[in-house]
Amino acid sequence: MIQLQQIHRIFKVGDQQVHALNDLSLTINGGEYLSIMGPSGSGKSTLLNLIGLLDQPTSGEYTFNNQKVTTLSDDQKAVLRRDQIGFIFQFFHLVPRLTAIENIELPMVLAGIPSTERRTRVSRILDAVGLAERAHHKPEQLSGGQQQRVAIARATIMQPSVLLADEPTGNLDSASGNDVVEILEALNQQGITLIIVTHDAALGARAMREIKMIDGRIIDDGHQKPR
Amino acid sequence: MLIKDLIKLTSCAVIAQRMRSFLTSLGIAIGVAAVVLLTSIGDGMQRFVMAEFTQFGTNLIAINPGKTTTHGASIGIYGTERPLTIDDAAALEKLRDVEAVVPLVQGNAEVESTHRQRRTTVYGISGDMPHAYRVEVALGRYFINEDPSTPRAVAVLGSKLRSELFGSRNPLEQRIRIGGERYRIIGVFAPKGQILGVDLDDAVYIPAARAQEMFNRDSLVEIDLLYRETADVDEVVASIARLLSARHGRDDVTITTQQQMLDVLGSVLAILTFAVAALGSISLLVGSVGIFTIMTIAVNERTSEIGLLRALGGKRQQVMAIFLGEAIILATLGGLLGLVIGVGGAQLLTLLFPALPVHISWNYLIAAETLAIVIGVIAGVWPARRAAKLNPVDALRSE
Ligand SMILES: Nc1ncnc2c1ncn2[C@@H]1O[C@H](COP(=O)(O)OP(=O)(O)OP(=O)(O)O)[C@@H](O)[C@H]1O
Ligand SMILES: [Mg+2]
Repeated sequence: MIQLQQIHRIFKVGDQQVHALNDLSLTINGGEYLSIMGPSGSGKSTLLNLIGLLDQPTSGEYTFNNQKVTTLSDDQKAVLRRDQIGFIFQFFHLVPRLTAIENIELPMVLAGIPSTERRTRVSRILDAVGLAERAHHKPEQLSGGQQQRVAIARATIMQPSVLLADEPTGNLDSASGNDVVEILEALNQQGITLIIVTHDAALGARAMREIKMIDGRIIDDGHQKPR
Repeated sequence: MLIKDLIKLTSCAVIAQRMRSFLTSLGIAIGVAAVVLLTSIGDGMQRFVMAEFTQFGTNLIAINPGKTTTHGASIGIYGTERPLTIDDAAALEKLRDVEAVVPLVQGNAEVESTHRQRRTTVYGISGDMPHAYRVEVALGRYFINEDPSTPRAVAVLGSKLRSELFGSRNPLEQRIRIGGERYRIIGVFAPKGQILGVDLDDAVYIPAARAQEMFNRDSLVEIDLLYRETADVDEVVASIARLLSARHGRDDVTITTQQQMLDVLGSVLAILTFAVAALGSISLLVGSVGIFTIMTIAVNERTSEIGLLRALGGKRQQVMAIFLGEAIILATLGGLLGLVIGVGGAQLLTLLFPALPVHISWNYLIAAETLAIVIGVIAGVWPARRAAKLNPVDALRSE
């Protein structure tokens, strides 16, 4: 469960202050499917980075799985990210010199999981994202949609409780974008909390809960729609 | 992160940039090769010189007239010191643990055989000389058991002088003239070679008292003394000092042990080798600048990858370890390449110039490789720290 209370995030650029998140409060329950929409510069990515423990709020309280995370050390947050949070980016962020398998393995390598266990986990997940034959391909040998599926496999290999996707289809054609969304939704069906930032209204509308942001505030917290 | 995976991850990055990695490593390789080559020559020289000095054995003591202070100046204020004499040498023979005593008189004289003549060094010595200096008599015999007070006019030739004077003819029992006096040749020494430029083979050896007469002297240049291997050097030195003080009425000789000379010489040569190694290390320094540059570029190029690693749960130290690991791999590979080049070069040198004493020492090989790795660490630390300190959000956003 994610709980944000009166979060402010202020960037200082020269003598100017940018209020990227302004007194934002938000509670997300385990297993929810959430979309965040809003105009460019409204603070969507900032919010996502904050939820993903990559960024610190300037003020406010953040509780993740009943744990106050604003006071955690850098390493403790890294471990939480590794075990509990999966990131999916618009530009895939695969390591170009590593194969699909090696990219997917990365979080497990960082966690110190031995290679035998990694192999079994990876082969299972490769099937799930439909990339079994592409296992030993480098990113440059994969299509955009395939690359994003590798990224999803990597984000979920540690079986996190939350999946954060910042415009996951922003760089894909509609067909492969659709594939990606279906995989993400299937993961949500299995219980993972899914938060998608998007400019695509159709994609945003698929979520059970739609959040609209403007100027660092939530102006519309949608409502639980029936599935 | 498991060490195995860290190595795999870092070597993968090094291999991905083959050409760049090779050129960077080459900088280190050249430095290591220089260190290996220079120290091999330095070490070879050191061994060569030490071998020259120890060919007479290591338990020799030299006694010279006059007292040398640590500053090297002779103390002459009490008047001239008493000279060392053949009687002193005879007295020293009776000391405990003394195996051989060689009184030494040295000069130059004309040596004539029936056919040829040659100006050469004349050594006046005693019957103990072959034993003390470890020289073999190749032909004939040596003037052992001579009465030192009335020595006969017999001479032993150095091997080179023998061939100069007699070629391949048998010189034994031949008459020669040394400084105008007639001598009978009773033996020839086996070749001993040069020692620091002094050719012991191009010399003639006669009884010390004879040489004193020839050069019109009462004194000896030096007394060399061989002590038993099992004896305590300090005790031997003390007993020599006591005996000579008693005989001379005061302490007016300088006693130098071979071991002292070897120690001083050894440390001077070791310092020289070390200095040469330090010189070679300067090129290693240049190599380290290469690693620093390449790692700084790598961190800039892979900023978004660093952001990704942090997003995937990588700790700062892990990011640091990955980049530091790359620097270390570059330095280690460069070092190994340098060892191969250096050892190959040293062997090539021995092939091309057999006279050049080259000795490849494991110690210096290990030291050079270790130094290369240390340099890799030092050169890699700053870029790696910079990578570790990056803000993950900013890093992720960079292209
Ligand atoms: N590191 C930063 N330094 C300064 N200002 C920043 C920084 N990151 C974000 N901002 C500012 O904060 C505001 C919110 O940015 P954010 O990236 O969250 O917007 P966004 O909603 O994701 O926009 P987009 O839809 O274009 O991705 C913007 O005004 C942006 O300029
Ligand atoms: Mg954004």
